[in-house]
Amino acid sequence: MEPIIEFKNFSFKYRSQKEPTIKDINLAIYPGEKVLIVGPSGSGKSTLAHCINGLVPFSYKGEITGSYSIAGQNPEKLGIFGLSKLVGTVLQDTDGQFIGLTVAEDIAFALENDMIPQPEMFERVARVAETVEVQSVLGNAPGALSGGQKQRVSMAGVMIDRVEILLFDEPLANLDPATGKRAIELIDQIHREEKTTVVIIEHRLEDALTCGADRIIVVGEGKIVADMTPDELLSKEILQREGIREPLYVTALKYAGCRIAADSLPSDIRKMKESGSLEKYKGQVGEWFRQTTVPERKQNDEVVLEVKNLDFAYTSGKPVLRDVSFRIHKGEMLSIVGKNGAGKSTLSNLICGFLMPNSGSISLHGEDILNRSIKERGESIGLVMQNPNQMISKTMIFEEVALGLQVRGVAPEEIEKRVHETLKICGLYPFRNWPISALSYGQKKRVTIASILVMNPDIIILDEPTAGQDYRHYTEIMEFLKEINKNSGITIVMITHDMHLMLEYTDRALVIAEGQLLADEKPSEVLTDDVLTQKAYLKRTSLYDLAVGCGIGQPSDFVDCFIYYERENGRKKEVES
Amino acid sequence: MSRVLSYEEKDTWIHRLSGVTKLIFFLLWSVTSMISYDTRVLLVMLVLSLVIFAMSKTKWQQVGTVFKFIMLFLCINLIAIFFFSPGQGTKIYGTETPLWHLFGHYTLTEEQLFYEFNVMLKYLTVIPAVFMFIVTTNPSEFAASMNKVGIHYNVGYSMAIALRYIPDVQDDFSKIKHAQEARGIEMSKKAPFVSRIKSMASIIFPLVFSSMDRIDVVSNAMELRGFGKHKKRTWYSARPFKRNDYLTLAFVILFVIAAFIITFRDGSRFYNPFV
Repeated sequence: MEPIIEFKNFSFKYRSQKEPTIKDINLAIYPGEKVLIVGPSGSGKSTLAHCINGLVPFSYKGEITGSYSIAGQNPEKLGIFGLSKLVGTVLQDTDGQFIGLTVAEDIAFALENDMIPQPEMFERVARVAETVEVQSVLGNAPGALSGGQKQRVSMAGVMIDRVEILLFDEPLANLDPATGKRAIELIDQIHREEKTTVVIIEHRLEDALTCGADRIIVVGEGKIVADMTPDELLSKEILQREGIREPLYVTALKYAGCRIAADSLPSDIRKMKESGSLEKYKGQVGEWFRQTTVPERKQNDEVVLEVKNLDFAYTSGKPVLRDVSFRIHKGEMLSIVGKNGAGKSTLSNLICGFLMPNSGSISLHGEDILNRSIKERGESIGLVMQNPNQMISKTMIFEEVALGLQVRGVAPEEIEKRVHETLKICGLYPFRNWPISALSYGQKKRVTIASILVMNPDIIILDEPTAGQDYRHYTEIMEFLKEINKNSGITIVMITHDMHLMLEYTDRALVIAEGQLLADEKPSEVLTDDVLTQKAYLKRTSLYDLAVGCGIGQPSDFVDCFIYYERENGRKKEVES
Repeated sequence: MSRVLSYEEKDTWIHRLSGVTKLIFFLLWSVTSMISYDTRVLLVMLVLSLVIFAMSKTKWQQVGTVFKFIMLFLCINLIAIFFFSPGQGTKIYGTETPLWHLFGHYTLTEEQLFYEFNVMLKYLTVIPAVFMFIVTTNPSEFAASMNKVGIHYNVGYSMAIALRYIPDVQDDFSKIKHAQEARGIEMSKKAPFVSRIKSMASIIFPLVFSSMDRIDVVSNAMELRGFGKHKKRTWYSARPFKRNDYLTLAFVILFVIAAFIITFRDGSRFYNPFV
């Protein structure tokens, strides 16, 4: 069979760069295959995707050496428009890629550009909308849809061209876990029914593997490091070396000292259970669980923030939050989790004073703060937004971090002292006189955290602190937060739908669904509770399946054991290497 | 909730017209009103405008704020005309009937008053037409309509995209504003005007940068789906011409011809009641 995508000794160098981003790769993908491309940020995996859909070299110019072909044709001759007939791309940013004012128009966009007559458009839009089940929202604005519907609409928009290859660029990045799982299932369904070749670029390997894949291609530093079946890959040490997170149950098996063989089907924990291959690891896992004792965590009883019976609605009769009550203790690291649009951001907006509750109270150190202004609350409660570009308003690092102190009329010497101190804590001191534009995304994030930290708040609220970050940057940001939490005793609240984050870095999770506080528990309890995870659009952790499969009666204790072991041993190893 | 000057879906014969019809009507109507100073023509147009406006079931909340703003502008304009050329009416109509001497060489004349009355009429005939066009035409149809009357689809589509992104940018704006307020930048009316202007910069800067990110994403998305491939394109939301469209166009064309004949019959575009 002829490959549908083929690279031969292919290299690509961006015009603005000295070194090629993709170096001498050889790769063949065959019609009807489902292939996963993984790799850390900057590994060249996005560039590889751009080569397939034509953004390289038509939008991002550069120099190509070697040869490549898509569906047997030379992409350089096809042009970006010719390629768009063969390759449909679903971009990472579901919100940003909508063009039409309504769902129907957005789906029809490619047809409009192809001068298809209106009656045929109506018919084709209706058909494809049915395939992805968005018929009922055709007249809505895409922005008003739920995360899952958005993903469906963007898929419909590229499927309408009857493309031969579907290319997904980090499809899971902006979705809550349950919606992400459904997106992967939908991709799988389309792959089976339409016989389309599917290429998925994703660094969340465990979630992307939910429905299996024929092959995984690991990209590292512009080269193909591995090209093998998921089972083979998971039996090797390649992922760890490349800084890609393995599925949690695989890591747990390795912690327990098991040697994983490709024929025990490690790519799917359910298959491991069904085929009985898990049996041979049972003993070791049980032994490891019994030997690891998790020390009791001592909790500080001092309450920093207390929220009581909070109610909020934009329009009466449609409550966004109902009777929410909880306490946050000093020095805690806490996560607020739940489906997109469940009311997580509304809650943080109420705490920061951007919105006023209809009833209920919010108090800080026992004092009611509802009549304090946004500015006054900002002195004790700092908010770090998801996208650092939404916060940075100065050109120099020093000025940006000093801003909050300057507007509060702090003396210049004092400002300099405090800014320098904060920059040292954040590891930004050597860059203090740099322009912010010269920093990487992760460093910008640090600048925004520093600009809040400098005001010495009691609590920092971070909105999706690690969104869109690969494993290495994720670890970097989170370890940094853990560090400042430990050293300065600051309370950290994170709004997230990253279950790894909540499991590994927070001691408590507030679960919000449909405007109500569903649970206030340890993350390990939340993620092993079927009813709760379903209601809150979370996903049960695979560690649960492992524990159950190995006959361990207390799955949540097993999860705690894993997290404790990882904090004590796993991280250390990584830091050392 | 009615948003200011935004499309609202209703079922009237005006809403059912094609956007192209409404655009052509609006353009011809405006041109006629701009050229003609014939009071009789303008009065008829005013009455028709108001009738059409009422038939489109447009609510006052949809247009009230903008209408008040335009009225303010109209008053300023009328006063300015008087101060810069108080003799304009006399120059046009050829007679001088003083009513009231103000000061210096400023004398209010009947002719000037009549001239400015005509200017006001022009405003009042065009405004309902503008409002009606905006609030009864589905934004999706804007681009399609502009393209049909001969404007390149690039232009129409830039406008459509802008409309599509207004809510997103508004969202960004309030998010950024809140975050900056929390950092201590006073944005409420408590702060003096100058410092508020300065504070705005701390919102605009991040807003521009995050909007640039958006532009990058959307332009890639458009290109990947073949935007700009051909010189022409079709439109999903274009409305086909129906009987009422032809009738409306026939009416407006006949009306314009009649208006011009009446206006220019005496060789001048001004109607002169003074001789």
